[in-house]
Amino acid sequence: MELYNQTAASLAKMLQNKECSSVEATQSVLDRIAAVEDTVGAFVTVTGEEALRRAKEIDDRRAAGEELPPLAGVPVAIKDNICTKDVKTTCSSKMLENFVPPYNATVMERLNREGTVMVGKLNMDEFAMGSSCETSYFKKTKNPHNPEYVPGGSSGGSAAAVAAGEAFVSLGSDTGGSIRLPASYCGVIGLKPTYGSVSRYGLVAFASSLDQIGPFGRCVADVAMTYSAICGHDPYDATSANRAYPQFTVGGAGDMKGKVIGIPKEYFGLGVSAEVHDRVMKAAELFEKNGAVLKEVSLPSTPYALSAYYIISSAEASSNLARFDGVKYGYRTPEFENLTDLYEKTRSEGFGDEVKRRILLGTFVLSSGYYDAYYKRAKLLQKQIQQEFSETFSSCDLLLTPTGTDTAFRLGEKESDPLSMYANDICTVTVNIAGLPAISVPCGNAANGLPVGMQLIAPKFEEQRLFTAAGCYEALTEQPLCPVASL
Amino acid sequence: MNYEMVIGLEVHAELSTETKIYCSCKNEFGFEVNTRCCPICTGMPGTLPTLNEKVVEYAVKMGCALHCDINQVCKQDRKNYFYPDLPKAYQISQFDIPLCEHGYVDVLVDGKEKRIGVTRIHIEEDAGKLLHNDSFAGSLVDFNRCGVPLIEIVSEPDMRSPQEAKAYLETIRSILQYLDISDCKMQEGSIRCDVNVSVMKAGSNEFGTRCEMKNVNSFSGAVRAIEYEAKRQIEVLEAGGVIEQETRKWDDAKGESIPLRSKEDAQDYRYFPEPDLQTIVLTDEFVENIRASIPELPNVKVARYLRDYGLQQIDAEQLADDPQKAALFEEVLAEKKCTPKSVCNWILGDIAKLMNEKNCTLADLSIKASSLASLLSMIESGAISNAIGKKVFDLMQESDKSPEEIVKENGFAQISDEGALLEIVKTVLTANEKSVSDYRGGKTNALGFLVGQCMKASKGKGNPAKMKELLLSMIKEA
Repeated sequence: MELYNQTAASLAKMLQNKECSSVEATQSVLDRIAAVEDTVGAFVTVTGEEALRRAKEIDDRRAAGEELPPLAGVPVAIKDNICTKDVKTTCSSKMLENFVPPYNATVMERLNREGTVMVGKLNMDEFAMGSSCETSYFKKTKNPHNPEYVPGGSSGGSAAAVAAGEAFVSLGSDTGGSIRLPASYCGVIGLKPTYGSVSRYGLVAFASSLDQIGPFGRCVADVAMTYSAICGHDPYDATSANRAYPQFTVGGAGDMKGKVIGIPKEYFGLGVSAEVHDRVMKAAELFEKNGAVLKEVSLPSTPYALSAYYIISSAEASSNLARFDGVKYGYRTPEFENLTDLYEKTRSEGFGDEVKRRILLGTFVLSSGYYDAYYKRAKLLQKQIQQEFSETFSSCDLLLTPTGTDTAFRLGEKESDPLSMYANDICTVTVNIAGLPAISVPCGNAANGLPVGMQLIAPKFEEQRLFTAAGCYEALTEQPLCPVASL
Repeated sequence: MNYEMVIGLEVHAELSTETKIYCSCKNEFGFEVNTRCCPICTGMPGTLPTLNEKVVEYAVKMGCALHCDINQVCKQDRKNYFYPDLPKAYQISQFDIPLCEHGYVDVLVDGKEKRIGVTRIHIEEDAGKLLHNDSFAGSLVDFNRCGVPLIEIVSEPDMRSPQEAKAYLETIRSILQYLDISDCKMQEGSIRCDVNVSVMKAGSNEFGTRCEMKNVNSFSGAVRAIEYEAKRQIEVLEAGGVIEQETRKWDDAKGESIPLRSKEDAQDYRYFPEPDLQTIVLTDEFVENIRASIPELPNVKVARYLRDYGLQQIDAEQLADDPQKAALFEEVLAEKKCTPKSVCNWILGDIAKLMNEKNCTLADLSIKASSLASLLSMIESGAISNAIGKKVFDLMQESDKSPEEIVKENGFAQISDEGALLEIVKTVLTANEKSVSDYRGGKTNALGFLVGQCMKASKGKGNPAKMKELLLSMIKEA
């Protein structure tokens, strides 16, 4: 078996036991990238040379007898909206095509401290706006399980790279489902952590009150390990929670005994396909067979969540993306008459259609005379949704829903229909609106051979419940949950 | 037709905190361009603000000083607009819930107190600066000032003359200085103001349409801008026109304002709550500790000096302007040995002169209030003359001795004994017969000369009033 097929957890053991070196693991991943990248297109930048240098450094330290953290020497890849010092961070936009940050995001500082080896930066929907990875300025990432299908978005590159064996684990960001939806489409595990548990410092902002960085992996342990490495208070992020985090463990087959799993009925309407419905309910039954209690619950505001999400996220985006004005960094139009002309041309030429659509929508809902009707009402709805979740969690340990309404769709299928594209996020946005943690776990394939994902949702800062439930499910399934796609 | 002016002012003051409002860059003026900035204050993608708590403390200080209600739960908002000196393309400010509101300040205009309402005080970040260089066709941006903490103090439209506006501005400045929260250096732009002016028919209580003037960079400039704008508006009205609400730009060099934008062109800043920052929550204890730390403010002091001690406004202001002088003034009075007038004259006269000569502060002179009180009481009682008093004061600087000891040791005591004085007067009269006859011939100022001669003969110790008395009676007798 090639090294790239290992999980991060198994590779970490091999590295500790000196059964292989980080240089070998890194080379294996780089070879895999060279072999499949033409088909998958997960990366915007591959940092092969630097990765091998870094891997060598870790190997040397290990050889010198240094005690290293669990992820030391493990090749990882990073979504291209997370700032990496001296390495281009493009947000898959023409606007930041040549932007090289002078500083590291806090999560990068933490991964570096952990000793991980970054092999490259991953493709995404432009500025994380999209559900298919098709709005990238550079390329369209393909679903490794079938390259005619999208990987999901916006962290499409992050999901595809892990699914294709181009990285052991990766980081993505999730504003309305951008980790969970691609994880579901690509058949890997993706965690959207509690808002405030992972520092946003250095994540190029889309919607500040909803954005959260999280990990992808091919087993629950990999996701738990990576989350463990990146979570924690950061004085550079005022919205980061100052609290202690436990040592996370992965659940086993018997660990859901007596646990109450809420099944919110609204999430099984909303245009969820029959196949997805069946797959998720099969998973629920498996939990029930192993001692969990299923309980039908209701979250009545769910149908309005998508509207609230697009108002809040676009409003914040319109302000967050205003700094890309051609003055300080990034793209600047080559010719302009005056200041206004500089702004207009730079932003017209530098941003893609989807980004412009969101900026226009966000600018509109914040405009004087419309603020109360849109932004203020959306914020009220947010309170209502938070309230409903917290009431539901008083009688449930977890909630179980589909991640997406269906499996991955074909490239180009929804590109010209933004509203049907937005509808993909219907099961995931509520979690961001409420600031909750949720994980997407593969729960079998549909008839078309593409993976189906289920979403587990926990109360704030109860990531452990997600690792317990996902680990239990993993232990109960006979096949590996997330086999590397054969390409 | 008589008109009345209605004036409201918005004062922006940079706070003298050690670091900037949302990052740890030094808050320093006068350094090479773009050397006091970092990824955060230059708005690099992915960076986040974190609030400097000192800024809140300073703003609450000012709020307490201006009798404001403190909003113990408040938020920060984004004010969105494009300009090259604003790297994030939004300014973090406060919109609907300012840190402080509903306050007032009492100012003195021609010795009379006037109360000006303070609508609100909020915190916000300063922008950078555009630079123009002949060697370069475009503009350059200096980000050093980005993120320098500001408070904006908005007054009610309570002022009715440029003098009132000037008094308000000076009072605000002196309070900022007294609280030690702003450098208030106009020339460095650390205090700036926008002026709102309208005019209404005298006696009316319906305000006219207002215009706002930006770019007012000095207090005297504010006076000129107000006078200009009121005159302009009156001329428009007298000619049968209407005032359009607009923002104008004041050009102090030309002494005129030009229209910047009309109400229709007013920018929509699309304020919304800053999602990168937490709600500001202040405890009762935090606010009460600040409130308790506020000293008596200069404007209050001046009013009290006028009321309780009968000082002139200019003298009271000079005392109150320097907290050390005010403290000495009050300590000396507390000894209850001399009059406020004489203490005031000494502090603003001889003591101030000495401070100038030595180029030092009052504290450096280490003047004991009890000693100064004794000295002044000796002068007031006639035990020594004013001239001798000055000598004693000089000697007090050189030793630890009390003024009484100095007077005694140097034999400075004024001679009031009639027998001794009579001898002196006789000698002087004999030596100056011409002056005596001049006086008798009607030249009354010859008396002054004779008193002077007596003082000289007594080596300055003779009681001048008594000697004058004796001189007159002897001239009459002869």
